[in-house]
Amino acid sequence: MRKKILFISRHAPYGSSIAKEALDAVLTAAAYDQDLSLLFMDDGIFQLLPNQQANAIGQKSFASMLPALPLYDVENIFVHLESLQARGISKNELLFDSVQTLDSTAVSALLAQQDHLLSF
Amino acid sequence: MSTLHTVNKSPFTHGTLASCLSICTDSDGVLLLEDGVFGAMTTTPCATRLTELIEQGVRVYALIDDVKARGLEKMLMSNIELTDYVGFVQLSTQHRCVQSWY
Repeated sequence: MRKKILFISRHAPYGSSIAKEALDAVLTAAAYDQDLSLLFMDDGIFQLLPNQQANAIGQKSFASMLPALPLYDVENIFVHLESLQARGISKNELLFDSVQTLDSTAVSALLAQQDHLLSF
Repeated sequence: MSTLHTVNKSPFTHGTLASCLSICTDSDGVLLLEDGVFGAMTTTPCATRLTELIEQGVRVYALIDDVKARGLEKMLMSNIELTDYVGFVQLSTQHRCVQSWY
């Protein structure tokens, strides 16, 4: 049965492996034909900055991996507006323009629609 | 009831509880556990928002074992409910989803 699953990614890339684990989980789940959404919130929004040169610290760049999501049919990608604002980043500075911004009220509504939440 | 939010970080050090409360709505529940129970203190930085949400119908709980372990029993906001591990299981089943803020 097709379920609505929301992945919530709230941690910055590279400092820990949590952000990478979120991305791996999304890509894995995408193989099972479910109704997936991905929300970036808090420091998780830093994954969406362009110009990441992760090879400088021997890691693979999120900026090169995240744009692959629509190819895996993960098209509902959201970013929490207040998290962007708190960090002085605007939507047009982000890695890709297909992300949709949601304010806190809209995020509440998004959570309420899901069958499962996976927090990273 | 829709979502049960669990928070296990102290709001004196982390923004985790504030993030949770910013998207919490009136049919939700919040369970403070581990270092999250510091968020139930009368001196919590989130006191105003917590009270506002409780008045709107959000139920806020603190895990009694973690409260006792930290000696906080007499330092908690009176509108926060105490629960134990059995209550934690019941809350998990009463809500549609659980969102863990860590």
